[in-house]
This record gives sequence, structure tokens and C-alpha cells, in this order.
Amino acid sequence: MSAEAGQQHPLGIYYKIWTLLFFLSGCSYAVDFFEVQGAWRWTLVILFMALKAGFIVSIFMHAVWERMALVFTILGPPMVLLLLIAFITIEGNYTSRTRYTYMGHDPNAEALGPSDLHGEEHGGAEEKH
Amino acid sequence: MSGTAVNEAGLHSGVPGLVDDWSADKQAYHVPWGKAMMWIFLVSDTFIFTCFLTGYLNVRLTTTQPWPPQSEIFALSFGGDPIPLILIAIMTFILITSSGTMALAVNMGYRKDKKKTFWFIVATAALGASFVGMQAFEWTKLIVDESVRPWGNPFGAPQFGSVFFMITGFHGLHVSAGVIYLLWVAFRVKRGYYDDKGYEIVEIAGLYWHFVDLVWVFIFALFYLL
Repeated sequence: MSAEAGQQHPLGIYYKIWTLLFFLSGCSYAVDFFEVQGAWRWTLVILFMALKAGFIVSIFMHAVWERMALVFTILGPPMVLLLLIAFITIEGNYTSRTRYTYMGHDPNAEALGPSDLHGEEHGGAEEKH
Repeated sequence: MSGTAVNEAGLHSGVPGLVDDWSADKQAYHVPWGKAMMWIFLVSDTFIFTCFLTGYLNVRLTTTQPWPPQSEIFALSFGGDPIPLILIAIMTFILITSSGTMALAVNMGYRKDKKKTFWFIVATAALGASFVGMQAFEWTKLIVDESVRPWGNPFGAPQFGSVFFMITGFHGLHVSAGVIYLLWVAFRVKRGYYDDKGYEIVEIAGLYWHFVDLVWVFIFALFYLL
């Protein structure tokens, strides 16, 4: 019935991809650990993410060995999601610009971390304006 | 299309193969039906997770309050200074390890090595269960110690909580369901249930498990790192 009876491949390729995924995850974590910021952070995180996703789908999920009819069914529909992401980005940027312009929020406000909060003993109720 | 290569089953490959598979009144996917159905389920699941992630993208772009510093919030201290994001990194490595053991289980399944298949699936399920355990720990820490709620938190943008609980919760649910599914398959392998039916079912379960790992790749990068 089925043309290719099961996906049987040499073990070596799994070990190689496995090691590579560990390496790429380590790289992703290193980006955070060494506090890379700005455009480099975005570029590196997205790059390592895309590589990991690609290796998982193509090798571990055997997509490279499947027939094109199945591969297009799997990868085709999610491509429209890229359009959704583009629309959300355009719309989101517009919304945030509108909020900063007309609602008087400070675009450069700093976030608080756990260390800021746990250090002081004032209690949250007293806020100075 | 006589000029193109034909494989041992008499099928064209590449674009002529695509046209042949779709144009004739016959089976389009030359895989077991369970595998085609699993793939279609995973495609639909991709859409669900993308809805969550694009929702996150939208609130992240539009919120006028600063986004809470994930690196600091998910830091953990082992006696000394807190190590940034360490718990999430460990969870990531656990899930990748489990993906590797699952790949080996699929391979051993096709070799009809029941004992190794069983133990590799059980190892995968155990790693998955430990992932869920760490997630429970992480949730407890955030809810009890850091007072993060779906409607607000002490650090910044209130949407942080709803995004966190929704996305990691839904992913955790997938991992938990996967653990049960894998154990089910493992014990059927052990009892020799697939000797006649064939071991494709191990690959199908593997597809689900790799997908769970795949989703985590995106969550790790987009929610925890950016």
C-alpha cells in the first residue's frame, strides 16, 4: 500500500542533529546570558530559533524524506501565517504610536525587576505621585 | 513525463510527482492514513499556537507600559547569585533530550527491537513528565512569590501574566497529554500489539512529540528571550 514503508534512516544522522540542537539551544541561552541587546539580540534569537525549528521538522519529523504532496500540505497553509504576523506588526506599531502620541505615556519607562521590589520594604499601597 | 526519474514503486518524484499525486483519482498521500491525519492535526495545532503567539505580539507591541524583564523573573539561585533564565534553559535542554530519545525510539521501532523501543519511549515520557514538574514549580514561584496574575503583576505590563499563563499553560497541557499518549504506545509496544499492524504508530506518536518540542522552540525564543 504505502510506497515508502516507514522512515528508516541510519542512527548517525539523529545523533548529529541531536548534538546540533543542543549546540543551538546553548547559543540561544548564551545570547541572554551575555546580555546581548538590541538588533543583534533579535537577529540571533530568531536565527537560532529558525535553525532549530528547521532541523526538527526536516530531520526528526522526517519532512525531507517525505513526498512533495505531503510536504506542501504541511508547510503550505502555515505560510499564510507570515501574512498574519506582518499585518499584526503593522497594526500593532500604529496602535502603539497612537497611544504614545495621544495618551501621554512615556515610551522610555523602565521595567521593574524582582530585585527592585524585594529589596524595599515599603508595601505597595503607598505610591507617590 | 516519461523523462523524469521513477522510484521503485513506479512514482515520479519532485514536481511531476506532485502533479501526479494530486491530479489522478487516487490516494494523494503515500503514507499510512494515521500519519497523514496526525500531520493535518499538527497543522491545525500550528494555527492555534500561532493565534496565541500573534496575540502576544500584538499586546507586546501596543502596551504602553514596560515589558517585565523575563531574564530576571525566571532567574533561579542555587545558593549563590541568581542565574538568569536558568530554569527555562534546563527545561529547554530536557525537551531536546526527550526529542532525541523519541527519534531513537522510532528508529528502534522500525527495527522491531521491542525492548529498546519500549525503554526509549518510557525515557521520553519520563523527561516530558519532569518538564511538566518544572513548569509546575515555575508557575508556583510566579504566582506565590512574585504575585503574577493574569490581570496584573508588580513588574510592568499587566498583559505579561495572561500571555504567560495562556501560552505556557497550553503548551504544558500538550506535554502532559503527550506523556499519557507515549506511555499508552509504550505498553502496547511491549505487549507486541504492533507486531502485525506495523510500527508506524511509534513514528506517528513521535511526530506529536517532536511538534511539542518545536512549539517550545518558538515559545523559548519569542516569549523568554526577546
